[in-house]
Amino acid sequence: MAARIGLFALVVLIGIAAPFLGLYPVLLMKLLCFALFACAFNLLIGFVGLLSFGHAMFFGSAAYAAGYAMRSWGFSPELGILLGVAVAALLGLVAGSLAIRRQGIYFAMITMALAQMVYFIALQAPFTGGEDGLQGIPRGNLFGVISLQSDLTLYYVVLAMVVAAWLFIARIVHSPFGQILKAIRENEPRAISLGYDTDRFKLIAFVLSAALAGLAGSLKALVLGFATLSDVYWATSGSVILMSLIGGIGTLTGPVIGAFVITGLENVLADRVGSWVTVVLGVIFVVSVLLFRQGLVGSLKRFWPSASRKPATAA
Amino acid sequence: MEIFGVPLVALASQLVLGLVNGSFYAMLSLGLAVIFGTLNIVNFAHGAFYMLGAFGAFFALSTLGLNYWVALIVVPLAVGLIGILVDRGLLQWLRGLDPLYGLLLTFGVSLILEGILRDAYGSSGRSYPRPPALNGVWNLGFMVLPISRAWVIGVSLVVCFTTWFVIERTKLGAYLRAATENPSLTQAFGVNVPLLVTLTFGFGVALAGLAGVLAASAVQITPLMGSNIIIAVFAVVVIGGMGSILGAILTGLGLGLIEGLTRVYYPEASATVVFVIMAIVLLVRPAGLFGRA
Repeated sequence: MAARIGLFALVVLIGIAAPFLGLYPVLLMKLLCFALFACAFNLLIGFVGLLSFGHAMFFGSAAYAAGYAMRSWGFSPELGILLGVAVAALLGLVAGSLAIRRQGIYFAMITMALAQMVYFIALQAPFTGGEDGLQGIPRGNLFGVISLQSDLTLYYVVLAMVVAAWLFIARIVHSPFGQILKAIRENEPRAISLGYDTDRFKLIAFVLSAALAGLAGSLKALVLGFATLSDVYWATSGSVILMSLIGGIGTLTGPVIGAFVITGLENVLADRVGSWVTVVLGVIFVVSVLLFRQGLVGSLKRFWPSASRKPATAA
Repeated sequence: MEIFGVPLVALASQLVLGLVNGSFYAMLSLGLAVIFGTLNIVNFAHGAFYMLGAFGAFFALSTLGLNYWVALIVVPLAVGLIGILVDRGLLQWLRGLDPLYGLLLTFGVSLILEGILRDAYGSSGRSYPRPPALNGVWNLGFMVLPISRAWVIGVSLVVCFTTWFVIERTKLGAYLRAATENPSLTQAFGVNVPLLVTLTFGFGVALAGLAGVLAASAVQITPLMGSNIIIAVFAVVVIGGMGSILGAILTGLGLGLIEGLTRVYYPEASATVVFVIMAIVLLVRPAGLFGRA
């Protein structure tokens, strides 16, 4: 346990020092947003066993809601983010209660279809800016006093929020509630026979995951100053799956690493190879599914078992 | 004559257009159902194969000089062959795993195909010149029916119901259903199950390719046309349930019609109506219209 806390402290320290290591703060913030997005997605697939193929709807709708509130209603950043999270959670409640009516592969198809519906709504609605998206979202002043104009200030705000959200996810996973989620993942009929209302637990997990994805989306809108159709597009839902997959589904750190790898890769490749980025992502997808289903962190744990938590000896 | 304030001629022509779309939905969801039935895989790349069919027809005409009628036969075969390669090369290794991995793998395949086509043809649309034989219209009295649209609907109906007949009413279909029900027992009776499974996958993909060739002369050909339609087809599949061949066909055609009607009476919702219906079906009949709970 002490080693894990030490490792966590080290990672946070690196995070605090990162802007002084020559890394561009805006890129770092983008990485953090996608890391949180991937962790939120992984909460469902990794700990409840539900594959959502439409998580971009929460990410994107929160980005639009937060962006619109901050730009057109003059909301301060914290209120804008709160609204984004609320919108995503509400959408999660609606989408979740529909999707959990079916299992497995149908769940994935339903979430994908609902996300496509949200995409079309975003395309047509008067307040999203259509093809152009919402541009020029102001950063404003946090709590009305702290100006977020400086990239460095904003970076620390984002870092603090993402670290807090990650700790929240870790807390959920290790709580009794998280244990029930894992029981549902392993054997849903058994969880039902033990008297758990599994649909309710699945729905709560879905809403939590949606809300956290919404936090990631709101932060992204704040950081980059825009929300566009690509935030709600199926390709974004696909890339968050890829992030979790190559990082390690069902691990707490995997999605963070996966998000850094994929977002970094997209960043590096975008100007060099143009439309081949899609091909590269596709190949990574295929290779990970065929050979590498454990992901980076998952494989590491397998070859270096001491890195994973030892099973409790007393039952 | 008007129906709810819309002239009958306009209504009928939108309904025909809806049926054209419904034909594509029907062929694609039929292919998905056949593949899911035998391989237990939801093929996300189905949309990409449809797109390949359309670009195949375009390529055949512009580069190889093969006309529409040749393309109608050759392109689906070629697309089916690519499908078989994907199955033998990649999907084969996922047999027995959770079907979610199949969905993810075919999602990757679809990204690869889309990226390659986008590099070759750009994101903007191409159009395929309609073959002269399909120009012209039939005057049915109450409406004017373009022959090209009647052709798409006709071909798709014939292909869909032939497929249904082969699977549900012939010996080959019986083998196939047996292989779905109990692969090892069917194998023990001397049926080459792996070959049957691969050929079925190839057939399902070829259906998508055929739909693509038919679509080539009906809509703009773009690299993204596949992923755009496949998500709507997923909604169709959720509504109909993948257990029934006939269900897939009827749901596809029906939703095309409903989409056409929506385009007349409330055009803003025409892109979303399929998803709204999916949500309603999930609330009222969670197993889907033709599904078994």
